[in-house]
Amino acid sequence: MEPKLFAAIPVIILLPAIGALLAGLLGKRWGDRFAAVVANLAVFSSFGVSLYAWWFLSNDAAGMVYLYKVYPFLKSDLLDIGLDFRFDRLSAVMSLVVTGVSSLIHLYSMAYMKGDRSHARFFSHLNMFVFFMLLLVLGANLVVMFAGWEGVGLSSYLLIGFWYEDMEKAIAGKKAFIVNRIGDFGFLLGMLMLLMYNQGSVDFFALERFANSGVPPVANELNMTVICLLLFLGAAGKSAQLPLYVWLPDAMAGPTPVSALIHAATMVTAGVYMVARLSFLYVHAPIAMAVVAGVGAVTALFAATIGLAQTDIKKVLAYSTVSQLGYMFLAVGSGAFAAGIFHLTTHAFFKACLFLGAGSVIHALHHQQDIRRMGGLARKMPVTHWTFLISTLAIAGIPPLSGFFSKDEILTAAFLASTPFPMVYKVFWACGVVGAFLTAFYMMRLYWLTFRGEPRDHHAFEHAHESPWNMGTALVLLAGAATVAGALGLPGEGHLFSRWLAPVVGKYTLEPQHASHLTHWGLIGLSVLVAVAGLSAGLLVYRSGPEGVSARIARAFGPLYRLVAGKYFVDELYALIVVRPLKAVATFSYKVVDKVFIDLLGVNLPAWTVKGIGVLPRMFHDGNLRSYLLAVVVGVLCLWVVL
Amino acid sequence: MDFPVLSLVTFLPMAGLPLVLLIPRRLPGTVKGLTLAIMLVTFLVSLKLYFGFDPDQAGMQLVEDHAWIGTSIHYKVGVDGLSLLLVLLTTFLAPIAYLGAWTSIQEKVHEFAASLLVLQTAMVGTFLAMDLFLFYVFWELMLIPMYLIIGVWGGERRIYATLKFVLFTMAGSILMLVAILFLYFKSGGDTFDYSVWVSIFTGEGTVGQLSKLEQVLCFLAFALAFAIKVPLFPLHTWLPDAHVEAPTTGSVILAGVLLKMGTYGFLRFAIPFFPDAAALLSAPLMGLSVVGIVYGALVAFAQEDVKKLVAYSSVSHLGFVMLGMFALTPEGVSGSILQMVNHGLSTGALFLCVGFLYERRHTRLMEQFGGIARVMPVFTAVFVLVSLSSIGLPGTNGFVGEFLILTGVFREGIGSVIEPGNLLSWRNLVLVLGIVATSGVILGAVYMLTMVRRMMFGPITVEKNRSLTDLNLREVVVILPVLAFIVIIGIAPGLFLDKTRASVDEYVRTWQPRIMQARNEATARRNDEVREQIIRMQVLNALQGGGQATNLEGLKWYVVPPEEQGGNHE
Repeated sequence: MEPKLFAAIPVIILLPAIGALLAGLLGKRWGDRFAAVVANLAVFSSFGVSLYAWWFLSNDAAGMVYLYKVYPFLKSDLLDIGLDFRFDRLSAVMSLVVTGVSSLIHLYSMAYMKGDRSHARFFSHLNMFVFFMLLLVLGANLVVMFAGWEGVGLSSYLLIGFWYEDMEKAIAGKKAFIVNRIGDFGFLLGMLMLLMYNQGSVDFFALERFANSGVPPVANELNMTVICLLLFLGAAGKSAQLPLYVWLPDAMAGPTPVSALIHAATMVTAGVYMVARLSFLYVHAPIAMAVVAGVGAVTALFAATIGLAQTDIKKVLAYSTVSQLGYMFLAVGSGAFAAGIFHLTTHAFFKACLFLGAGSVIHALHHQQDIRRMGGLARKMPVTHWTFLISTLAIAGIPPLSGFFSKDEILTAAFLASTPFPMVYKVFWACGVVGAFLTAFYMMRLYWLTFRGEPRDHHAFEHAHESPWNMGTALVLLAGAATVAGALGLPGEGHLFSRWLAPVVGKYTLEPQHASHLTHWGLIGLSVLVAVAGLSAGLLVYRSGPEGVSARIARAFGPLYRLVAGKYFVDELYALIVVRPLKAVATFSYKVVDKVFIDLLGVNLPAWTVKGIGVLPRMFHDGNLRSYLLAVVVGVLCLWVVL
Repeated sequence: MDFPVLSLVTFLPMAGLPLVLLIPRRLPGTVKGLTLAIMLVTFLVSLKLYFGFDPDQAGMQLVEDHAWIGTSIHYKVGVDGLSLLLVLLTTFLAPIAYLGAWTSIQEKVHEFAASLLVLQTAMVGTFLAMDLFLFYVFWELMLIPMYLIIGVWGGERRIYATLKFVLFTMAGSILMLVAILFLYFKSGGDTFDYSVWVSIFTGEGTVGQLSKLEQVLCFLAFALAFAIKVPLFPLHTWLPDAHVEAPTTGSVILAGVLLKMGTYGFLRFAIPFFPDAAALLSAPLMGLSVVGIVYGALVAFAQEDVKKLVAYSSVSHLGFVMLGMFALTPEGVSGSILQMVNHGLSTGALFLCVGFLYERRHTRLMEQFGGIARVMPVFTAVFVLVSLSSIGLPGTNGFVGEFLILTGVFREGIGSVIEPGNLLSWRNLVLVLGIVATSGVILGAVYMLTMVRRMMFGPITVEKNRSLTDLNLREVVVILPVLAFIVIIGIAPGLFLDKTRASVDEYVRTWQPRIMQARNEATARRNDEVREQIIRMQVLNALQGGGQATNLEGLKWYVVPPEEQGGNHE
């Protein structure tokens, strides 16, 4: 039986790579249709094979891990790094989510990108992204993971700047890459430290053994903390957490399917996956865990407040994504690794659905993205409307939709976290609860301003139409998944999801503190209450459209509102303290150090001095016979006088 | 004596010289064709080196040794893992560089071809020479054709640039010549043989053993010559001028091969001849390398001229090469060698790309471009791929090189534990340098992607750019092999590293302990004793904890077998 699974792993990864090459190299010659069909086939087949592999694994004994070693990549007397793949229960979940959501988004893109000049390039890049993402989640060591990690960053860069003729979009792509590189700096350092301490291997098995070995000079808590924090810097870059989240809102410059796939459902969750994958390291570093949870909680709250005041439909969703990723980090930072991956999964469904819904609206309104110019679309676009509503309720945390189960589980885990710092985690929990209220609020605002009330731009409204079947299919399937996925995560023994992941992360999951039934039910009740309160408050404020109650509130809190609407001016702050100093130092290095100190004073000045000294003797060597004769005569006279 | 393949690879280009010069002036096309053919044949012959090379043998292979002038000066050439890849890089890049500027050289076609052929012989000879006299002849021979290439076929300020290039290089070479002569008499005055010199100068109690002062002075003389070529900060200012003024072919050869003469010189001569001096001076040299990494990147960021940007990026990349070499670990040295090749490929390709644009627009200012992805999609794809390789994206050659170098530096820097009690120790210094060097990955992305964005993306702002044509067949043929190697090295570095491994391991095994020993004498012997005691105790603790610690000779690496790790993983 086993060889079948071994054959499946490379097939899963290679199909999208082949698709990318075919679409990229032949798409221009053989037409858009060819590129789109090839790309779709590649991803759907990859999903099919992933399903097969998952089915195979689920029939196997729990905890089996399949390693596929392709060839040794780097070898020296110390290094032993292979191009190795690993299929276990965590990679199975990730590859299902990645290929599943990708398939639907590829289908959706066939209609959404119709008529674009660079159809083939789009599908080629999209397939390339899936390839690198699979490399990331199936890699059996940190180096393969890093290769996927950088590869998805590259795809993201290319797809954000897909419409490169628009300078702002090109700049957004570059910003994403550079901010991610700051994170990668941490990833690289953490990986190098692990390589040194762990005898040149960063294979996940070897790392797990290393972490559990507790060899005092190397595997001690200090080293673990430093390594985990460095790796988390990488995660914070890729998963858009404070202080490196600034690239994600700008990344909305990319086509909407890209935002849905890369910047909501899959790539940005890579950081969460990394922490869960390395759970065996993080449990040995409680301080690093607290930092992860803290950054997650604060980001969840911080981004939710920005989401309150955005007027671009995609920007609201972007900040929402940053916020939801914060919840995932709160989960893994609280030691509830399965809960983090569960929220990652449900979020992939409802957020992809929300983005695709937003894309459907933008498509219908001919690239109108300002929610103040929308309204009343529910009548015109029933499919988009209903799926969007379902996903809104899911993300807000209304039972029995999936978001309720995953988010509630995270908040419970944070509240009851077994950690040396329980009070600090209570604060994180409070951030999470307030964030949950705000999430419900801004989602209701978004929903209402887009789909309900009176149309505020009649011209656009008249032309609005429901999107074609392939877009609708993707929306319905995703909304369906967002609805039922919660069943995988019923609290208690019925939690299929954490049982599935138990062989991988189970033994590192921190057992929550014991709490009474009352506490558990109280926390669940609070989650529901907060969600309902947030939705109601949003409804109350925005029922009268953007100019009613909401405008009065905005005026009442003038400076505060401007601060939030201005996104706390973080971009401006970074420009002031990072970008401009860097440019100034660069210019100084070139214009002053290089040009003046080294080249002028160090090189040209000595050269001129030598030349200058040469002037005097050169006067005597002017080649004029009469002056030579004069010199001879003068010399002879001098000699005669002296003698 | 087998077939003299090394001499053939070295002198084939020069042998073509009379043929080229005999062709009448009115047939420039024939000259070009013939020159290219000679270069291609040389490359094919050099493939014999790759396939005939025994990767398990650490020492010199395919050695040819003939008495040349008198008895002491020999014509002796040989190849080992340190030089093999560089020779192949040279024979590979030469035809590419020539074909890359096929149409842009219109005048004095004969002389240009002649200069290139002589240059190629000199470059290959420098890498292969195993006799210091022979080495010096080739070393100086390189200068003349390069002087002409920049000075005759260069841009507007070519005279200033070429003079600067020659004076810088001469300043270093003269002192090296003095040092070589000194060493000759010191060695007994009857040989210039490389391996003999190594054993004489570094052997214990041999007649010619150098005193510490002699070592330091000679090392400085060699190091100056090599550091100028690398170029090491702050000796780099000839480089941007030379690059900007040189024709495309010159830039490709200059960046691709000539700069490596410096790093190769350190590796081949400066460290093995004077290990004690290297121990003393490697800290400042590594410091300057890291300054170069950061400084080169910053200055590159401030450029308006693409060619200058690429030139300064070379300063940054070569800093990595130097850093890895002086870490003196197997990963550091092999990464350093591979990164020399990588830099030759990536930067060579970047200069080719800049040349393609220059031929079309006759400008290299970034502000003159913008949005050309629209009109030149193939070129843009190529340019982005090459830029990514320069940034060091996994899957390209740049990542493998940088990763190996950083691994090597961290291996030297971390050892087994960070030493909080002894902040200024050698290891901590290396560790800090390694961390600063790692930040180069951020800065590299900043300047390269800013350049890509300014030139390729955005709307077309200059009307002339609307009518730009995409790469033609010749240009694609030129750039494709380079791209192929960028990806092949990135995915299967073993194909190349396997060839260097034996020599590198032998090299590190010989010189690393020697230098560590010298360094301890020179700097902090007491601190290291304390440190070793601490580690010894920790190892003992580890042993009691159930783990089995092995490989304790260097007290650096803990190997704890899985079955004894006490972990709870099944």
